[in-house]
Amino acid sequence: MSDKKPERRDFLFTASYAVGVVGVAAVVWPLVDQMNPDASVKALASTEVDVSSVQPGNTITVLWRGKPVFIRRRTQDEISEARSVKMEDLKHPEKDEDRAKDPQWLVMLGVCTHLGCVPLNDKGDYDGWFCPCHGSHYDTSGRIRKGPAPLNMEVPKYEFVNANTIKIG
Amino acid sequence: MSDHEYVPSSKFGKWFNDRLPLLTLASHLTDYPTPKNLNYWWTFGGILTFCLITQIVTGLTLAMHYIAHADMAFESVEHIMRDVNYGWLIRYIHANGASMFFLAVYIHIFRSLFYGSYKSPREIIWIIGIIIYLLMMAAAFMGYVLPWGQMSFWGATVITNLFSAIPLVGEGIVTWLWGGYSVDNPTLTRFFTLHYLIPFLILGLVVLHIWALHVPGNNNPVGIDIKKPSKDTVPFHPYIVIKDGFALLMFMIVFAFFVFYSPNILGHADNYIEANPMVTPAHIVPEWYLLPFYAILRSVPDKLLGVVAMLSAILILAALPWLDTSKIRSAVFRPLYKQFYWILVADVLILGYIGAMPAEGLYLLIARVATAYYFLHFLVILPVLGFKEKTIPVPLSITEPILGGSPNLAMAKNKESLNK
Repeated sequence: MSDKKPERRDFLFTASYAVGVVGVAAVVWPLVDQMNPDASVKALASTEVDVSSVQPGNTITVLWRGKPVFIRRRTQDEISEARSVKMEDLKHPEKDEDRAKDPQWLVMLGVCTHLGCVPLNDKGDYDGWFCPCHGSHYDTSGRIRKGPAPLNMEVPKYEFVNANTIKIG
Repeated sequence: MSDHEYVPSSKFGKWFNDRLPLLTLASHLTDYPTPKNLNYWWTFGGILTFCLITQIVTGLTLAMHYIAHADMAFESVEHIMRDVNYGWLIRYIHANGASMFFLAVYIHIFRSLFYGSYKSPREIIWIIGIIIYLLMMAAAFMGYVLPWGQMSFWGATVITNLFSAIPLVGEGIVTWLWGGYSVDNPTLTRFFTLHYLIPFLILGLVVLHIWALHVPGNNNPVGIDIKKPSKDTVPFHPYIVIKDGFALLMFMIVFAFFVFYSPNILGHADNYIEANPMVTPAHIVPEWYLLPFYAILRSVPDKLLGVVAMLSAILILAALPWLDTSKIRSAVFRPLYKQFYWILVADVLILGYIGAMPAEGLYLLIARVATAYYFLHFLVILPVLGFKEKTIPVPLSITEPILGGSPNLAMAKNKESLNK
């Protein structure tokens, strides 16, 4: 086989296979991609929340893209606790200043970065959140401190539309 | 295949069989020579076939009433339980049938482990079996999601999130699996589709599993190759059919006990609360048949490595024919392996128990030791044992130790030939 000189027919075979593979891939892709989020799911990309009634030390949970979002109005103690942590003590180092632009307000996905459970408020060894599924502890900035979760709870894209309204997404 | 040529007696039968040899196949299946010493551990293949058919029949009838929609699924299951004629019965058979299916498959797998049924020349039968087992777990997991209770929802969330441990593409894969940004209606509808499909894939693989079995024939408790047909074999029908039938009846008594007397004991009460994406139940546990692997997942403190360990624990079974280096199949003639076999059984039971307990303190420590031992068994003990173990002489045939004039002499001779 190998010492045979390639012929025009070999070229035809190779070219036919190549076109065949491209054709099959082109047919398979729509069948695979139909499982990705559809237009109606993507259309729910942002939500506005009125936070005027939230008192310091309280958390409200709203649903955004099918996931809970924690909006916590932090107390002065919690803010100073979050800001005094040394970076080297963190598994996933992030400054509290980068996570909460307005220090009073912490907005993050209430989804444990381990396997997606909803952590419980005001629980755990670091005065923040505790995930009941596999025991991850988060601090007052929602940063992972102890347990199997690899990352801090995610801060989504959000902005203050006015003093009382947060737009998530 | 049996060697004799089958000729149908009727003229029509002959005409039909010449065009489609179904009667030849039926004749092969009834005359199929089976070792005469098969014990009751060998009846679970038939029991598993019964389980598969039960799940398909009850599943089809449930699908006539179930509605795969996030807003209606939970209610439609209650509708089946309360309104549909015998709906409660069909659903309880289906739900407990999944547990019975796994009970039987675990006995079937551990039978193979004890008698070395996975060894040459039966590796392909074994690997097809492992694929069937993986598909069973996928089908069971997706089926558990369909009632859309709290355990359904959070079980689906946790299990699909396992894929997020894959570096780089993990998050994309999870979004693709969900069809959204969380487990929601698109997830439910595709799980229903796949839950409906998988049993038929399993059915096809079962045909291959039995086909591959009929090439070398059954292994047996003595674990030796036997001549077929010979004094050592009996035809499948009526001998094995009757024995399998009796075992199946006994199995159905256990099955019926669960269905009629404690239909919810194997389930979780939280699944009678409708799915709520805002609240995770305090204690998430998978169904009992997945607990050992769940314990392995939780025993590793790193997310990616935990997932890798859990998957390896299953996939390592596929490599078993090559990890076990001993030429002797049956544990009856392997005094050391027999002990390690029972330690493995205990280890898996311990992992199952720990999987249902919170992952903390002493439980976590035990889970880690048991996980380490599980891998030690397959990766170190089995390969080494094949070289180190002094095995007991194997008889030359099934009948020899019983009918042979001086079995001990023959066994001694056989021992010499084995030691060469």
